[in-house]
Amino acid sequence: MRKPSPIIGLIFWSLVSVLTLFPIYWLFVISVKPAVQLFSTPELILSDPYWGNYAKVWGDRLLRSYMLNSVIISTGNAVICTVLGFFACYALSRFNMSGKESIFFWTITNRMAPPAVFLLPLFLLMTQVYTVGEWKLLDTRIGMILVYCTFNLPFAIWTLRPTVDGIPKELDEAAYVDGASSWQVITQIVFPLCRPGLAVTLILTWVFAWNEYLLAATLTNFNARTLTTGLSEYVTTTGTAWGVMATISVFTLIPALIVFGLVQKHIVAGLTFGAVKG
Amino acid sequence: MQSKRLGWILLAPTLVILFFFGVLPFIYVVYVSFHSWNPFAVNPDMVFNGADNFRKIVFDSAFLNSVGVTVMFVFFAVLSELIIGYFLAQAFMRDFPGKAIFRTIHTLPLIMAPIIVGSVWKLMTTPSIGIIPHYLDEWFGISMNIGTSAPAAFATIVIMDIWHWTPLVTLTLIAALVSLPQDPFEQAQIDGAGKRQIFWHITLPMIAPAVVATVFIRLMDALRTVDEVWMLTGGGPGSATRFVGVHIFKEVFPKTNYGYGSTISVIVLYLTIVSCWLLYVTMLAPRNKKD
Repeated sequence: MRKPSPIIGLIFWSLVSVLTLFPIYWLFVISVKPAVQLFSTPELILSDPYWGNYAKVWGDRLLRSYMLNSVIISTGNAVICTVLGFFACYALSRFNMSGKESIFFWTITNRMAPPAVFLLPLFLLMTQVYTVGEWKLLDTRIGMILVYCTFNLPFAIWTLRPTVDGIPKELDEAAYVDGASSWQVITQIVFPLCRPGLAVTLILTWVFAWNEYLLAATLTNFNARTLTTGLSEYVTTTGTAWGVMATISVFTLIPALIVFGLVQKHIVAGLTFGAVKG
Repeated sequence: MQSKRLGWILLAPTLVILFFFGVLPFIYVVYVSFHSWNPFAVNPDMVFNGADNFRKIVFDSAFLNSVGVTVMFVFFAVLSELIIGYFLAQAFMRDFPGKAIFRTIHTLPLIMAPIIVGSVWKLMTTPSIGIIPHYLDEWFGISMNIGTSAPAAFATIVIMDIWHWTPLVTLTLIAALVSLPQDPFEQAQIDGAGKRQIFWHITLPMIAPAVVATVFIRLMDALRTVDEVWMLTGGGPGSATRFVGVHIFKEVFPKTNYGYGSTISVIVLYLTIVSCWLLYVTMLAPRNKKD
């Protein structure tokens, strides 16, 4: 194969990167503009940044508690989905249970549900059925963690299945011969071998949970509100405070960026949704 | 091998959670879909009306239109994502300076919340304040108004979707390309196969499962998209970008038509499951069993 010169590659990738980064750059530009300037003629180059929106968002105690809620909910949800998804995949992969392929397909149908209509039954269940005395599941962090499982758990199962299937069964059997218990085989033999797949599952479910809006907006009202719902509080009848909204968006982006950066190198190795096999 | 009981124990937490937060709400939605119910109407009671809602849906031109728009959207967006994603994945297979940085940059859109993506694209494309219409007008004399022009709004949504989700396709395809064995390619080159022949006869069949899996997940997510579209165009102008997810959202929220909204959801869910199931059994499942 002929080798293109590195300069052409560099130019090509710089162009692609500019296209990719532009909307993110624009988000930042909006966040450092005072409200009056928003409606003047747009300019490509940023001049004279205004940090008022950042001061406002950083000083907002409510938004800080939303941030904490977001961190707790998405981390809790990602961990639960990855661990339970791994257990489920191990069961589907190693045991000859009747109807397991149907169960496997059925799990993903939970992710296909159009969310708008499912808000009402979830709301009713969480206010009237899933209660203990005075305590309701609505507007709690654990409630949101469980609700997010409906779309993240199937995703985790589908991403992890090829990884778990790819671990040879002979390894399990050898460990059993050596006298290991089932629990030891699962946690000490198979789990560590699936690390790349687990890392990707963890990060993607985390990002999905972090970014979810519609369910959080309806099923929380104060105690468990997340950062994305904080955004919509600046869309009011008298107009949208775009500058503040963009600033919150930047704040939403930063933790996701950090988490994503941490597992960047595992991503490719573990991304095998469905049935990707070489 | 050991008892199946352990298998069921491992599967149990998943089944329990999905039952309480997936199946029970679904049963409720199916129940409501056989009723006419608008809690904020003159008559707020839930009235059983048999299959009336299902009869109505067959002749509901707004719903059928939204299905058509959704199919068009999925077709254009997913096809472009596959083509662009494949070329970028191939480009990433080579070594070049700064590869790690460029790959990180390329995956950034993936981590943005759909609602933020919708907002920022709205800010970029709204006439008079948006940067894109501004420069299109200044440099090329093209006027673009997503508030009045249906093709412009539709194209903007497709481009936004391509921008947001191509990284996922690229990553999946890189994962597939990395795991390909080298022998068939070397053999084909020795036999004098051209680039195009290698692509159609070797590369494509070998990465087909990854391509199908990508289509599968994009199809599934595109059918339930609400946030981005709602933020950017609200489904308009007219019904140009009123995808099924948005259509249901409008039926349930501004109109509070729970009965009929539930019926549409049941039908949409059914259509999604059937199309995904067909894709799964014909393309993915046989390859799973082979090993």
